[in-house]
Amino acid sequence: MSGRVLVGVKRVIDYAVKIRVKPDNTGVVTDGVKHSMNPFCEIAVEEAVKLKEKKLIKEVVAVSCGPQQSQETIRTALAMGADRGIHVDVSGKDYENLGPLQVSKILAALAKQEDAQLILLGKQAIDDDCNQTGQMTAALLDWPQGTFASEVSLEGDKINLVREIDGGLEHIKINTPAVITADLRLNTPRYATLPNIMKAKKKKIVTVKPADLGVDVTSRLEVLKVEEPPQRQAGRV
Amino acid sequence: MFAVRNALRLGSRLFIPAVTRRGCAGAAIPIDDVVNGLTEEQIQLRQTVRKFFVEKLAPHADEIDKKNEFPGMRDFWIEMGTMGLLGVTAPVECGGTGLGYLDHIIVMEELSRVSAAVGLSYGAHSNLCVNQLVRHANEKQKEKYMTKLLTGEHVGALAMSEPNAGSDVVSMKLRAKKEGDYYVLNGNKFWITNGPDADVLIVYAKTDPEAYQKGITAFIVEKGTPGFSTAQKLDKLGMRGSSTCELIFEDCKIPAENILGPLNKGVYVMMSGLDLERLVLASGPIGIMQAVLDAAIPYLHVREAFGQKIGHFQLMQGKMADMYTRLSACRQYLYSVARACDRGHFSAKDCAGVILYCAENATQVALDGIQCLGEFSHVDYS
Repeated sequence: MSGRVLVGVKRVIDYAVKIRVKPDNTGVVTDGVKHSMNPFCEIAVEEAVKLKEKKLIKEVVAVSCGPQQSQETIRTALAMGADRGIHVDVSGKDYENLGPLQVSKILAALAKQEDAQLILLGKQAIDDDCNQTGQMTAALLDWPQGTFASEVSLEGDKINLVREIDGGLEHIKINTPAVITADLRLNTPRYATLPNIMKAKKKKIVTVKPADLGVDVTSRLEVLKVEEPPQRQAGRV
Repeated sequence: MFAVRNALRLGSRLFIPAVTRRGCAGAAIPIDDVVNGLTEEQIQLRQTVRKFFVEKLAPHADEIDKKNEFPGMRDFWIEMGTMGLLGVTAPVECGGTGLGYLDHIIVMEELSRVSAAVGLSYGAHSNLCVNQLVRHANEKQKEKYMTKLLTGEHVGALAMSEPNAGSDVVSMKLRAKKEGDYYVLNGNKFWITNGPDADVLIVYAKTDPEAYQKGITAFIVEKGTPGFSTAQKLDKLGMRGSSTCELIFEDCKIPAENILGPLNKGVYVMMSGLDLERLVLASGPIGIMQAVLDAAIPYLHVREAFGQKIGHFQLMQGKMADMYTRLSACRQYLYSVARACDRGHFSAKDCAGVILYCAENATQVALDGIQCLGEFSHVDYS
């Protein structure tokens, strides 16, 4: 199987940051807070780049949905070895309400537009923990899905996958085109070396709007309130 | 959200003093690089190297300081070489990364933030040695020495100071006497960073003692050259883990082709190198100041006394403001001078000014940090 891989990369609050809820309880504080690529997305990028290095696929396209700053996340993917980037520009209220359903519609549209053979995503984002985008994307495209992947190998036009599930490890074989979501143990993402960061400057990032892809990003959900979890009480021995 | 985040945080082996770890305030204090005037690439550079140093070096920083030893140094050097960090200012044709002095400063700043000692060794290698070779080595010398210095297989150093010549370095006594195609070196050097480990050293010697400063020549010396040896590693008060020692030359024959720059014109090589050395090494104190903030600020939000977080008390708030503003002012001065150098404008006065200012302020910020941390500043964090 040779062809194009779409990798979704999400810009999230860095995992090491202490999260603070906004005083008006409408969300968490994001202004001036350190953001980086979702760790599971890093693993997805690494897997895609590895497949390209093994010459099993031809091109890695990094996609991110969000405001202007999402381009930084795409740049990181480019520095890790992705070939080009697509920035789907969503900002303001639309961005605050952006969730898996809208993103999966966007990814499905892009997959058709780019004639992708494979979509690699992280299993979930560490800000909303939804764990839905991969599954929804596969359903919208009517493609097979291999989620929570801890091992991926291509065999002709099929994919052998090991999934981490509650009961242990599940071995499955799926057809391509397919959607795979990466779990923690799939690989160890590489550092972007300085020479690669320099090379990435020359790689292209194209910006599109959801409307260009025929996607309506209005949310069907309304956030009523965001609050901290209750303080842990002392235990009793 | 919290379960996955906590799992990731515990798995990351971030180096945080136990006190702040308890308070779950593990995040480092953010740096406003828009105010600092960095380009998008430089902001990405900072994020990339920060991640690399936190994951690869931070777990060892404590032990390096305690033992005055960095056992994993050679492996770490190779990892830095692969990342392209050892030749930030070396041209791409030589195998370097082809970036500027400000980029080099950002790398060294983040490295010093994690371990100032390793930062110093890195500065000695990448600026004192590698950058001087970039500026003065001829093609043959670059071909012979650059590659391994850039991949990290070789460690570099530079030697000018002597037991009796520090500030008055031009009064150095290391003698280099011409004998056919060789120069025979006799004497010593002292306070040489990376001395014990270095494979390639730039050494300044007196080829014409009568000519005073017009009789100094720079040589490239290889480890293992007969007559060249290193003596005791110094047990220093600070920067522990950056190995420093004395170099001994006893009838050490160096081929004439290893002269770096023009004969007897070494003082220009040395003095112009010193400007850039001061510029880049000023990022050491910047990294140190940032590290003080990283440790002290979260602590002030966690520690309680008299019924409230001590960060609410005015004296502590005053100290936070002082530490932050000193660091910010130092950064702007350093980055401005670096940008000028990157445009080809080298001000010796400002390069010297920058390291004076940053170093003095770092001492003051560290003292303030000690006051913030109270008794916890005096104990072993591991």
